[in-house]
Amino acid sequence: MELFDRDADFKMDVLREVGNIGAGHAATALSKLLDKPIDMAVPTVSILPFDEIADKVGGAEAVVAAIYLRVEGDVPGNLFFIMSQDQARRLLRDLLGFEAVEADGYTEMELSALCEIGNILAGSYLSSLADLTRLRLSPSVPSVAVDMAGAVLSYGLLQYGVMGEDALLIDTTFLEGKHEAEGYFFLIPDPESFNKLFGALGVPLE
Amino acid sequence: MTEGTIVKVGMADLNIASAGGILRTTGLGSCIGLTLYDAQTQIAGMAHIMLPSSQIAREGQINPAKYADTAVVELVARLEKAGANPSRLVAKLAGGAQMFAFAAGDSMRIGPRNVESTKAALAACGIPVAAEDTGGSHGRTIEMDSRTGILNIRSVQFGVKEI
Repeated sequence: MELFDRDADFKMDVLREVGNIGAGHAATALSKLLDKPIDMAVPTVSILPFDEIADKVGGAEAVVAAIYLRVEGDVPGNLFFIMSQDQARRLLRDLLGFEAVEADGYTEMELSALCEIGNILAGSYLSSLADLTRLRLSPSVPSVAVDMAGAVLSYGLLQYGVMGEDALLIDTTFLEGKHEAEGYFFLIPDPESFNKLFGALGVPLE
Repeated sequence: MTEGTIVKVGMADLNIASAGGILRTTGLGSCIGLTLYDAQTQIAGMAHIMLPSSQIAREGQINPAKYADTAVVELVARLEKAGANPSRLVAKLAGGAQMFAFAAGDSMRIGPRNVESTKAALAACGIPVAAEDTGGSHGRTIEMDSRTGILNIRSVQFGVKEI
């Protein structure tokens, strides 16, 4: 997909930096919540076919815990914080001392806690972007689902569906102790967001 | 009996299978997995539909598998070309879930809208809906065996069911 006619490499770099700043703040927030160091991998920005996006978290059928927020305002888009089941369990245990009550399910309280964690992290991600760009970013109420990655992530692709078969994804992996993935942040800005975002960051417009 | 070969159908994709082939699509959320089946010739078709109507398309070259209205027409044409009789086709559908609970604008209702417009497109082609497993708030993976026309539906919460 030809999303950018000019300066595509430069624009991808700018988006990578956007992910770096947003996820950096979110990682700091998570680190404070857990009271332990959280590292993050360098964000990647990629334009991927729909089917390959779920591959980033283990494939369309992999069961993940996903917190989703729709972002409205100047830069509309979709934001996901995604964890594997193990990571979600660990987070609940480390943060709240919740031991699994149901072997393969989550209680209302656990889901609500996950949702709130996602909300805090997404809030720091988005507010750092809003501070940087001076744009208005208003996130929706967060919502949580524990289900197949493909089913969950398809919500982030609808805005791209009307124009092609690929979507632009800014993703960052959180690491605990340099190795183990703790979670993933996916920001999928709507296609019409880019001009506003680039304008605010001083990138020459087409 | 040998194990049928699996024909994978990706997102916004469609395909057909016969002679024991098994059609499969994974991770349906708000998307629709539509199958059409001609029992006499044992030819099956499957589409992974993403959006309700091609009228909202902003792409130059429309991918017919992506939209409910165009996917039904395209799938019927492909099946007919492969030897199925359109008047014998019966439809089964799965998906159209609402994965996230809150109501934040129109895009959240995409699942139910996909179901409605897929059914409307089937009705326009005179194809009866034999069975469906739609709605709810869970993801689904589906498989159809071209020998039987049985649609196998798997979900995280409810296990396996057949329609």
